[in-house]
Amino acid sequence: MGEYQVLEHDVLVIGAGGAGLSAAVRASASGVKVGVVSKSLLGKAHTVMAEGGMAAAMGNVDGRDNWKVHFADTMRGGQYLNNWRMAQLHAQEAPDRVRELEQWGAIFDRTKEGKILQRNFGGHRYPRLAHVGDRTGLEMIRTLQDHGIHQGIDFHMEVTILTLLQDAGRVVGAFGYDRERGRFRIFKAKAIILATGGVGRAFKITSNSWEYTADGHALAYQAGAELLDMEFVQFHPTGMVWPPSVRGILVTEGVRGEGGVLRNKDGKRFMFDDIPPLYKNQTADNEEEGWRYTQGDKDARRPPELLTRDHVARCIQREVREGRGSPHGGVYLDIAWIKEKIQNAPEHIKRKLPSMYHQFKQLGDIDITKEPMEVGPTTHYMMGGVKVDAETQMSKVPGLFAAGECGAGLHGANRLGGNSLSDLLVFGNRAGSHAADWAKSHGAGAVNTDQVEETARRALAPFERNGGESPYAVHHDLQDLMQNLVGIVRLENEMTQAIEKIQALKARAAKVFVPGNREYNNGWHMAMDLPNMLEVSEMIARSGIDRKESRGAHFRDDYPKKDDEYSKFNLVIRKAADGSQQLERVPIAEMPADLKQIIEEMK
Amino acid sequence: MATATFRIWRGERGGGGFQDYKTEVTEGMVVLDAVHQIQAADANDLSVRWNCKAGKCGSCSAEINGHPKLMCMTRLNTLDLSEPVTVEPMKTFPHVRDLVTDVSWNYKVKENIRKFKSDPKRAWNAQQADVDRPQEFRKCIECYLCQDVCHVLREHGLHDEFIGPRFFVYTAQLEMNPFDADDRLGDLKDKHGIGYCNITKCCTAVCPEEIKITDNAIIPLKERVVDEFYDPLSRLFKIFR
Repeated sequence: MGEYQVLEHDVLVIGAGGAGLSAAVRASASGVKVGVVSKSLLGKAHTVMAEGGMAAAMGNVDGRDNWKVHFADTMRGGQYLNNWRMAQLHAQEAPDRVRELEQWGAIFDRTKEGKILQRNFGGHRYPRLAHVGDRTGLEMIRTLQDHGIHQGIDFHMEVTILTLLQDAGRVVGAFGYDRERGRFRIFKAKAIILATGGVGRAFKITSNSWEYTADGHALAYQAGAELLDMEFVQFHPTGMVWPPSVRGILVTEGVRGEGGVLRNKDGKRFMFDDIPPLYKNQTADNEEEGWRYTQGDKDARRPPELLTRDHVARCIQREVREGRGSPHGGVYLDIAWIKEKIQNAPEHIKRKLPSMYHQFKQLGDIDITKEPMEVGPTTHYMMGGVKVDAETQMSKVPGLFAAGECGAGLHGANRLGGNSLSDLLVFGNRAGSHAADWAKSHGAGAVNTDQVEETARRALAPFERNGGESPYAVHHDLQDLMQNLVGIVRLENEMTQAIEKIQALKARAAKVFVPGNREYNNGWHMAMDLPNMLEVSEMIARSGIDRKESRGAHFRDDYPKKDDEYSKFNLVIRKAADGSQQLERVPIAEMPADLKQIIEEMK
Repeated sequence: MATATFRIWRGERGGGGFQDYKTEVTEGMVVLDAVHQIQAADANDLSVRWNCKAGKCGSCSAEINGHPKLMCMTRLNTLDLSEPVTVEPMKTFPHVRDLVTDVSWNYKVKENIRKFKSDPKRAWNAQQADVDRPQEFRKCIECYLCQDVCHVLREHGLHDEFIGPRFFVYTAQLEMNPFDADDRLGDLKDKHGIGYCNITKCCTAVCPEEIKITDNAIIPLKERVVDEFYDPLSRLFKIFR
């Protein structure tokens, strides 16, 4: 075997966003040796992009809120495909996790009584999102980072994992490379936590950063884990649409939470036209009531702009398709109008939404305190991911855990805004705790040198070819394909076509050429990210074909209605013996009576 | 279609030189878009660090026409495209390759600053007015442009004696956090070199988050250090206390 640096930890965490850092902090507090591998520098993970806040039923703004309401909201938002146990744990534990952040140095916005302030968000019955202006994700990651660096955790920055090492099925380590020098490294570990985030870079229009290349999803799949709910990709309703170079960058739901409204080119608030039956009782039927809700009137119901993301995104898509969109193919999101209602509106907007103000001013030459923004759907979040045990977050592969976006179960068919940051904290924490327990009760395994050598050989192959296609060209074609054929509105024949085309792209990806050497070579990195994105893109299309109904984020033009038969199972994908993707419909476990009763009461 | 020339630094560990690339310019483009286009078309192995492309992660710091900036937030329509646009790595940190520098020194500095310590006697209750000040400092995205431009580091290389503007902002945030009970004034004076700063405000000028680094963080910290260690009246008072 080649000479590789070997590093040993009890628990190895792959990913240093909110979930990875939560897991690392908890595991190290349990007294085990923890290493964190991050693809970027510490503190740069995609979590910094989260804007609106973290959902936790603390009841600081509206005392009627409690975990039961949060649980019911999460299940309704996920169209009841959620793992109900995860939804329960999440709702129960989120408030403690938020308070813990404060005890580690986070500084949240305050209520008049001096408590942590909470704001309205889509699908949440009461103001529930603890936040810091519109940069909550940054606050969270910085707090975890600044706390974590004093916990004796080893951070391996700018390292990417290529494969998980197994010994008799159990995970015993990982093999990867550092970006700076391109040297391979072996990480030995008794337990591994995947916290690699999502898959958004497989799509052309996305709010996701370069790291979001489905690494954790693909690593787990190759190691024999099951992947759940892969058909459910969340398209956030409001991404920037103009200028072209910023297309897809997120515009926080907080804009609507603060009173922002959606209008089409005729100035009409089209969201009032289509309110789903499941939400009829909770939604305002006139503009005045909607406004009062955003200003904290407890008797008012929420405006239809704050319906769930899947629904709002589709309504925007409809307006654009039917010719009522804005000049650049979006609709208008208007917060400036609140000057009719409150004094000093420009100052208020700048204080509540500082980074949105900054972002539009600097990137789009638009002053959001004076004029409306143009927005449209952008690929934002992956509900699907590694199937894990609700209590421990362990996958089917012994010793392999997953948390955060690369895990699955909590969100079902559609995630509510604000439930991601709290997910990272709650299940990162659980994964860290249980992985530490696992590491304490299991010894180190043996490294499979053949697997290491084979992975190294494949990784270096792009340098050894005598010319060939650029990995960027393959990536661009994949992004176009997923955007056009497996996007927000889906059809059977288009997804079938997508699977065929993905096979052709896989063949091309296996022959790409990279110039230069191994030192900080972005082209080489892309060449190694491609197989992950391709494998997972195929899963999205396969699951999408099998779910012949429209539910949550998965919308089928050929099956536009919800079908009760499909409410009884989740789709699971695993790797078959012949290397192909095997799909199974797995029945959803019966919900216990006490949880059923909560859902009934909250209807 | 309009094109522009980008003069990009290529090379490893301090070596190398500028290389010119031509690329197409479309409406709304930022420098990072141009670098990505060049990378995809002409220079697959071009090294550049970036993440969010929205000014929120602070990864793509570079010197554009000599000015420290985030590549993702620098619109091409703010630059003179009739001349080549130079793009080079930050100069204050060791060079790795092309546009990438080794910023690990910053991570080591942070570990040496006393961490947040909660005050056990205080309730977790505070007014918004009490947290406005530290919240300004917590907007920092750690792009290190302020470190890059600070002459104490850039010209004098006092990396061992001086923590730089980023970490004065970090310390100020801790010192002004109403829930914090630790005291970092002695370290600021003796270990972190706050006296070296002669408030030229270069850091404030380049901060993409528009944090008033000098006025709101460094000067108040200097005042606290002076009050604590150099005020003759309070020293007298302490002797007799």
